[in-house]
Parts: sequence; C-alpha cells; structure tokens
Amino acid sequence: MQDTHTILLPEVTPEVRQQLFDYVLQLADTSLILAHRLSEWCGHGPILEQDLAMANISLDLLGEARSYYQYAAELEGQGRTEDDLAYLRSAVQYRNPLLVEQPNGDFAHTIVRQFLYDAFHYHLLVQLQTGPDRQLAAIAEKSVKEAAYHVKWSAEWVIRLGDGTDESRRRVETAINALWRYQGELTTPTPTEQALQAVGFVPGYAAIQQQIDQHVARVFEEATLAVPQGVFAQKGGKTGRHSEHLGYLLTELQYMQRAYPGMKW
Amino acid sequence: METAELTQEEQFQTRIDADVRIEPKDWMPEAYRKTLIRQISQHAHSEIVGMLPEGNWITRAPSLKRKAILLAKVQDEAGHGLYLYSAAETLGASRDQMLADLHSGKAKYSSIFNYPTLSWADMGTIGWLVDGAAILNQVPLCRTSYGPYARAMVRVCKEESFHQRQGFEIMQTLSEGTPEQKQMAQEALNRWWWPTLMMFGPKDADSPNTEQSMKWRIKRFTNDELRQKFVDMMVPQAEFLGLTVPDEKLRWNEAKQGYDFGEVDWAEFWDVVKGNGPCSRERLQARVDAWNEGEWVREAALAHAAKRSARGKV
Repeated sequence: MQDTHTILLPEVTPEVRQQLFDYVLQLADTSLILAHRLSEWCGHGPILEQDLAMANISLDLLGEARSYYQYAAELEGQGRTEDDLAYLRSAVQYRNPLLVEQPNGDFAHTIVRQFLYDAFHYHLLVQLQTGPDRQLAAIAEKSVKEAAYHVKWSAEWVIRLGDGTDESRRRVETAINALWRYQGELTTPTPTEQALQAVGFVPGYAAIQQQIDQHVARVFEEATLAVPQGVFAQKGGKTGRHSEHLGYLLTELQYMQRAYPGMKW
Repeated sequence: METAELTQEEQFQTRIDADVRIEPKDWMPEAYRKTLIRQISQHAHSEIVGMLPEGNWITRAPSLKRKAILLAKVQDEAGHGLYLYSAAETLGASRDQMLADLHSGKAKYSSIFNYPTLSWADMGTIGWLVDGAAILNQVPLCRTSYGPYARAMVRVCKEESFHQRQGFEIMQTLSEGTPEQKQMAQEALNRWWWPTLMMFGPKDADSPNTEQSMKWRIKRFTNDELRQKFVDMMVPQAEFLGLTVPDEKLRWNEAKQGYDFGEVDWAEFWDVVKGNGPCSRERLQARVDAWNEGEWVREAALAHAAKRSARGKV
C-alpha cells in the first residue's frame, strides 16, 4: 500500500490539497481520540467479553487513524510522520468533533457515544468508498467492514440497555440527554468540508444525516427509547474549539513524546 | 494384568502413566479435580489481573504502533482468561463462583502482577522477562494430563511467544537508544528481575503440591528446575542487550553447565503472596470495582434476553 500512495494521490490545486490534508487529519484525529477513550476501558469492562469487544473496536479505530495519518503526512510532503502528527500537535490543532473526546462515564455513556459516532462513521465510509480520492476510498473500503460491526455492536447494547431493567433504562436515557447535543456537529460541515464538498471530495451531509436519522430511529424504537427533538447542537471540535477534556487526554497520550523528544521507541 | 482387579484410582493412574489425556466426562479422583480447578482458575485470574499493570501504559504508549501492539497484547490476555475459565468450567466450576473467590481474596493469582509499572521500559521488561517466565511455566502445560487445559494452553503459548518477542524488541530499541533510554531499561530490569524469579513458586522443599502434581502429570518440572532454566536462558539475552542482571552472585558454573545465582528474598515472596505486595490492594480493588460497577449491565443483558425469549424472538 505504501508504494502505491503516490500514484493514488489526486491531481488537485495546492489549495484543495491543503484542504484535503486538513480533512484527512480531521478523520485521523477523530478515530484516534475515540480509540484512546475506548482503550481506557481495557481491563475494567463490565463483562470480560465486552472488555474484549471494546479493545477490538479501539484497535480497529487506531488502525484506521494510522492509515489517515500516514496519508495526511504524504499529502503534506514535509517529512512529518504519523507519530509527529498524533503526538506533537496541541489541543487547538486537533480537529476531532466534540463527541468523541467526551469522557467514558458509565457503560451507558460509552455505548451512546459509540452508537452516535458509529451511525455517522458507517454511513460516511459507505460514501467515501466511491469518492474520487482513491487513497481515501481504499481506507474507507477497508474500514467500512469494521464500522458495520461496530454499529451493530453498539446498537445491540443501546437496545439491551433501553429495553433491559429500570436502572439500565434510566442510565441510557441520562447518557442520551448528555450526549445528544454533540451529534449535530458530525454532519455540520466546516468551511474546509464545504470547500471539499463543492469539488466532490467529501459527500454531501444532508443525505448522510437522513440515513443516520433512519438508523437511529430504528434502533431507538427497538430499544423503546424516545429520539430527542430540538436539542441545541454544540459545535467547535472540528475547528479546534474543544471541550476542556481534550487537553487532559492529550497530556496523557503525548506524555512520552513530549518528555523524551526525538527518540525512537 | 487384569484391569478389573484395579481400583478406579489405579486405573486412572495407569492412564496418566501411559500419557492418555483425561477428558471432562472421565472418572477422576476428587483431589485431581480440585487441584486442576485451583490451578486453572488461578491461571485465568492471573491473565485478567495481569491486564492491569500493562493496561496502565496503553494510554501513554510512545508511538501509535506501540499503542496498537500493547492494546492487542492486553486484549490477548483477556482472551486467554476466557479460554481458561472455559477449561475450568468443564470440571464443574462456574465462572461467577471463580470470580467471587478472586474478589474475596480466597483464590490467588500470580504475585508478579502486584508490582507497579513505573516507566515505559516496564512494558518491555514484562514482555521479555515475565512472559518469558510464563512460557517456561506454560509450554509443559500443553502436554498436561487434562485435555481441555492442555488444548487451551496450546493457543495461549502461541500468543505468549509473540508477546515475549515484542517485549524483547522494546528492550532492544531502548538499549540501542539514548543514555536516558538505556537507563530506563536497566532500571526496569533492576526492579523486575527478582519478582520474576519468584514466579516459579517456592523452592521445591517448600512446595507441598509439587509431588502429587508431578505424579498426575499436571506439572512436568519442579519449580527449581524451571527457575534454573529461566536464568540460563535470560542471562545471555541480558548480555546481548548490554544490561546487567542485578545479582552479585551470578556466575557461570562450568560443571553444571548452568548459572549459579543468588537467593530469592523469600520473605518478600511470602509477603506478596499474603496480599502485601506494593499494588495488591489496588489490583484486587480494580477487579472488584469493575465487577460491581458492571452489575447493572449484566442484569440489563439478562433482563433483555428474558424479554426477547418471552416474545419468542431469538
């Protein structure tokens, strides 16, 4: 795959290339931050089988993040590596949406965060697969198979928790109330995304939002949960305006590279 | 020889002596069953508790590649725990009961996991030394007399050898790195060397279960034999890495074609076994917390499954 990168790079203006770099970085940051959050569960899950499942999803997202970082580094062409991009950028340079940096909370919060993200992620990847950027399409094609499993797993848990016990219902409703406000950012395009949508590199979000709504409605109905209406959409992560949680996450994630600069590990 | 004249117990021993595997439905002495449940569940608990010291560095791994490898490794350990709990279940133990025994402190796990992981080099040292010791303990278990345990161990050992290689590779990278990195590697070796030697258990003279376990071919080597093998295997590797094994009495003994080495601090060993290791409380508490905080999740899953089956959905 490494050798074919160059021929798969789309021929675009320097401006579009820069936008593409920013967008791929946004995808990379998003997968990495969610992978990191999920990995915090490792060894502490409620059931051994679910400990394994969360580690598995975390590994998939980490793999996907690495593919994007490697591609972004290539697009940039300045000799930076995947680790430079992940470990040596500050919180305001990170481009992940607010949803994925939210703390794990209880298992219900982790599941709701995951399901809202998975529903978006899956439908986005389906579109990216057929996009004009062949490298991005190849990464999407590999990742969409994993994302299909992720959304199945998180949807099943939303259903179990919603239609389980009184306590699980109360907890999953609390999590939905806490996290729903971050869903809107996923499909609200930034200026970069808008520019790339105009040249066809990023799919239109209206169609994706419709698919997400249908997907969520289906799952919530089976879970006997109500879909929140008219919730204010909190935005900012994709343009570098993060919640306070991200700084602590990066402090931990980047500790070694910051404390021991320039070393090989 | 008429087998009819042998007691059940004698027939059982005859099969063991002929290296015929014992399977779940076969008759077995109650003490054999109990010994195996104790040993297999202890082993399963070690895998699960063993996720914690390495899990401590997943969020701080120094590169994306190392992060992925470490997470995959810790995930493998959860998988090993699952195979082993399943193997113990074939002997009539329930997973919930085994976990209850872990949480109450009745069941033990490997004392090595009661030590803290203080630097990134500990991830290398655990893979290299601790998994190296585990492999020496576990490879003979692939031929242990109880079938389900032996088969679980074949899968476990394949993955463990990958773990050990990744640990050695971390150490090699550090030892070829900056003076700070070399120092990190040496400091980790200094802390883990002796606790790793303790992983083989007490001296043969103080190991009451060894003789019977050897007779039943649950165990194939004594604790001291394995400890000697380990030292003989690891000293040249430490030399290759340019690291110093922290034992002033370590000498090559030409006559026995092996190393002489110093005495393990057995007082420390027994302290840790009794629950006074530096992280004993924290490790057990982390498991108890995960279990207690997960109770509502397990209840929800059961309640939902019951609702579905009542509605006639699979």
